[in-house]
Amino acid sequence: MASAELANQLKAKFGELLSVPSEFRGEVTLKLADAERIAEVCEFAKKSLSFDMLLDLTSIDNYGEDPRWTLVYELYGTGHGCHLRLKTEVSEEKSESPTVTGVWRGADWHEREIYDMMGVRFRGHPDLRRILMWDGYPYFPLRKDFPLAGKPNDLPDVAFTKPAPLEGGPFVTVAGGKDSIAREPRVRTPES
Amino acid sequence: MFADNFRVLTMPTSTELGYNSKIEGDVVVTRVDAAINWCRKQSLWPMPMGLACCAIELMAAGASKFDISRFGSEVMRFSPRQSDVMIVAGTVTYKMALAVRRIYDQMPEPKWVIAMGACASTGGMYRSYAVLQGVDQIVPVDVYVAGCPPRPEALLDALIKLQNKIQKEPVLAA
Repeated sequence: MASAELANQLKAKFGELLSVPSEFRGEVTLKLADAERIAEVCEFAKKSLSFDMLLDLTSIDNYGEDPRWTLVYELYGTGHGCHLRLKTEVSEEKSESPTVTGVWRGADWHEREIYDMMGVRFRGHPDLRRILMWDGYPYFPLRKDFPLAGKPNDLPDVAFTKPAPLEGGPFVTVAGGKDSIAREPRVRTPES
Repeated sequence: MFADNFRVLTMPTSTELGYNSKIEGDVVVTRVDAAINWCRKQSLWPMPMGLACCAIELMAAGASKFDISRFGSEVMRFSPRQSDVMIVAGTVTYKMALAVRRIYDQMPEPKWVIAMGACASTGGMYRSYAVLQGVDQIVPVDVYVAGCPPRPEALLDALIKLQNKIQKEPVLAA
């Protein structure tokens, strides 16, 4: 059974809630219009379409756009071997989405990581703490408006941070330069 | 054999001073500093602070091919209270930084630190919000080892450099 067929079955069940499946290089993506119903869609995908594994759950920061956050669910069925990608959007004001830990327990740490790095909360999560940074760290470092060098911070007896010396960087490579001088990493600030 | 080793450090005993080893036995004149340092430097027990891939090279340095026991440092102690030299091998994150400092504080004096590899020395390629930019921000480092990761020979070289450094340290001055 192909991914596209499974995507169509999911689309048939939920109708207007899901976009028409789009395919790119054999990977099928569905967009979910209402993030509040993600758990329901995932429940159906698992129970009826045998997507028994959540390969990954990540987030995208569309900085400057609304809605700001995109959550990406990578589904996989160990029985039929098909992949399916679900995307849904969450606004910055809300920054909250229902948990899917009730569907796949493996979503636990993925959701904690998104909370840690992006600051999107998951309602109903059993243990929504930071997973990589320490409790009490005040920033969400994977957000686009967080500087690459980091920000100074001090939590006595727990941890401290200092901005990293970038020596004029960040150093960025640009694809498609005509010679190696144009292609090599150079200081490129967003303005220049 | 014992006396032979001492002669390396001190003036060779000489019959010119009226000393005859055949009669008196092997008596050696030295400084207490030199003798204590000689004992210390030949048995530096490492605290293997393995935090990343450098720890793999540290393990290689301890294994038979490179054999760190040739320099008296084969006794890797996983308790800081039994260690002399902390080998910080790998990337020190800010989350780990105070733990490294705490383990250093738990080591008994005298103690030394080797920063092994680019990450431990300067933060290496991680110019990042999460990585301490050099372990010398939290503990005093005696020897830095370049490399990413350094080969075991480089670590052994650092160990020899540390031994030379220890040999010159004043022990009784205080």
